[in-house]
Amino acid sequence: MSTFEFLLQGLVSAMEPMNLFYALIGVTLGTMVGVLPGIGPATTVALLLPVTYQLDATGSLIMFAGIYYGGMYGGSTTSILLNTPGESASIVTALEGNKMARAGRGGPALATAAIGSFVAGLIATLALAFIAPYIVKLALVFGPREYFALMVLAFVTVSSAFGNSTLRGLTSLFIGLALSLVGIDQLTGQNRLSFGVPDLLDGIEVTTMAVAMFAIGETLYIAAQGEAAPDKIEAIKGSVWMTAQDWGRSWKAWLRGTVIGFPIGAMPAGGAEIGTFLSYATEKRLSKHPEEFGNGAIEGVAGPEAANNASAAGTLVPLLTLGLPTSATAAIMLAGFQQYGLQPGPLLFATNPQLVWGLIASLLIANLMLLVLNLPLVGLWVKLLTIPKPWLYAGILVFATLGTIGANPSVFELGMLLVFGLVAYIMRVFDYPIAPVIVGLILGPLAEQQLRRALAISQGDVTVLFTSPIAAVLLSVAALALILPLVLRARGRGDALSQMAASED
Amino acid sequence: MSLDNNKTSTEQRRPDWAALVIAAILVAVAAVIFLDVDRLRDMGGYSQVGPATVPNWIAFALIGLAIWTVFAAFRRDFPVREKQEFGPVAWVVAGLLAQMILIRIAGFSIATGTLFGLAAAGFGARRLWISIPVGIVVCLAIWWLFAGVLQLSLPAGPLEHLIQ
Repeated sequence: MSTFEFLLQGLVSAMEPMNLFYALIGVTLGTMVGVLPGIGPATTVALLLPVTYQLDATGSLIMFAGIYYGGMYGGSTTSILLNTPGESASIVTALEGNKMARAGRGGPALATAAIGSFVAGLIATLALAFIAPYIVKLALVFGPREYFALMVLAFVTVSSAFGNSTLRGLTSLFIGLALSLVGIDQLTGQNRLSFGVPDLLDGIEVTTMAVAMFAIGETLYIAAQGEAAPDKIEAIKGSVWMTAQDWGRSWKAWLRGTVIGFPIGAMPAGGAEIGTFLSYATEKRLSKHPEEFGNGAIEGVAGPEAANNASAAGTLVPLLTLGLPTSATAAIMLAGFQQYGLQPGPLLFATNPQLVWGLIASLLIANLMLLVLNLPLVGLWVKLLTIPKPWLYAGILVFATLGTIGANPSVFELGMLLVFGLVAYIMRVFDYPIAPVIVGLILGPLAEQQLRRALAISQGDVTVLFTSPIAAVLLSVAALALILPLVLRARGRGDALSQMAASED
Repeated sequence: MSLDNNKTSTEQRRPDWAALVIAAILVAVAAVIFLDVDRLRDMGGYSQVGPATVPNWIAFALIGLAIWTVFAAFRRDFPVREKQEFGPVAWVVAGLLAQMILIRIAGFSIATGTLFGLAAAGFGARRLWISIPVGIVVCLAIWWLFAGVLQLSLPAGPLEHLIQ
């Protein structure tokens, strides 16, 4: 069957009433949790993943797609109304969006974010559907050493290319890699670092780790700031609808954002929110109203939001076709796949096309449902932000532990949640990034397998890793991505890099 | 340590003690990895690449990063840390501990409701006689929704048996 037929078939199955219902629950829960301050899409997906465990594979993937898009949309709502940069992918959205909200134009800001996300999500998901088969073909020529080189590149871009410090990024990554060693070695069946604890034989759960690192760590960090001044929530005044002028100024920004965001997400350089920054810069340069930038220009919300969504859909390209997660969100999605016993990659397209295309189709459905649901319900989501801090964070902890208990009701798992929550808190205090830990944890075992296969074929000769042209190019790019930022920072030009840091997904 | 005396001109010269502690922790993790995989050393087989190879590389990298961290500590490369308040953190940790202890004995709602109350106390809502019961009722509703409707396996206690 052709791509198109598979996609149609997926759409038909996603349109069944029960599946639409799952998508509805997913989108609603995703938005609800994603809107909470300090909780980005990665955390949202990690928190809610266990909720989908009891459904059948199709149903849970559909709910999952809804949670994913809902979480992203919720994040941008928070940054427009609450100005919480540093949170999730929407740092740039907060720049102009919060200014618009303060000027009483919060409604149009939310609308352009929602519609822009929809347009970008739609185009990017279709692009994903049409590009994926080609990448799958390309992936078939990849051997273990090419995969290993690709993963090294992903490690470098996620941990050290962007952010404040190469040292701290790499340290986070290697903490994740060290934790990924725990459990039974997949090639020889030997126990490693499990110290006779049965709970550790299966390794450390990525979802537990993500919830501990993001949700618990963030809550502890906010608690430790004491009675700081409360964030001001901007009320939505006036109409949520965009005027004709708003539409006129937004639609080109949406399309440009999509074109910028998708390729960046699709390359193994996800993680960083470069796309949103590039889109912002582009809009600022092309705008007929440059004076409005910094005071609430609608293009400054429309473009980056579209870029953000397009690049999020873009990260699904390496995830689905190569099994390579390039962001924390993608890492947790990979964990979700593994939970159903599926390993994304070229093989999955061949053996289980219905499932892959079903997922892509449900992304389209979830995207549409978000648009229909969110604009009318935005008032409700805003109410969530007005919950007093004690109840809000206590509620976040309830949800955080609910997921873990639901996945595995063991005291040991809750203990891990506490221990790694404290580790994440300390890491936050010392400005260590969190996302590399999660990516290292899930990608570590995969990289190790490929490396050992490559070395087994070459009988232990390490030079073989560099002698394949594709692998050599990938490793050179990785080396460049590691060294260049070091040089830039040493010359005091690191500011741009730290601005591009991926906060959590 | 003696960080607080002599804060004037000598401050630049003093190492960042906390960063040195981090370096020590990295070395400790590396040591644990070396010790644990030592017994797997001879499993390399034909290609000399076995279950101990990658752990050893990772441990060496951790030691390298620890050395780098020591240099950064002496150059005071770490960003200035904001003042942390440990009281609220202790409340939240107490809540998580309480949930951990209670979950097997008292079931989901009582354990998680207690977590709710103690965590809220960490954020300033100190009236536990209100917040814990409220938390328990909310958690009972959550239990009903997630265990009943979505069939998640949340541990049941006396309260959950009442509504089953």
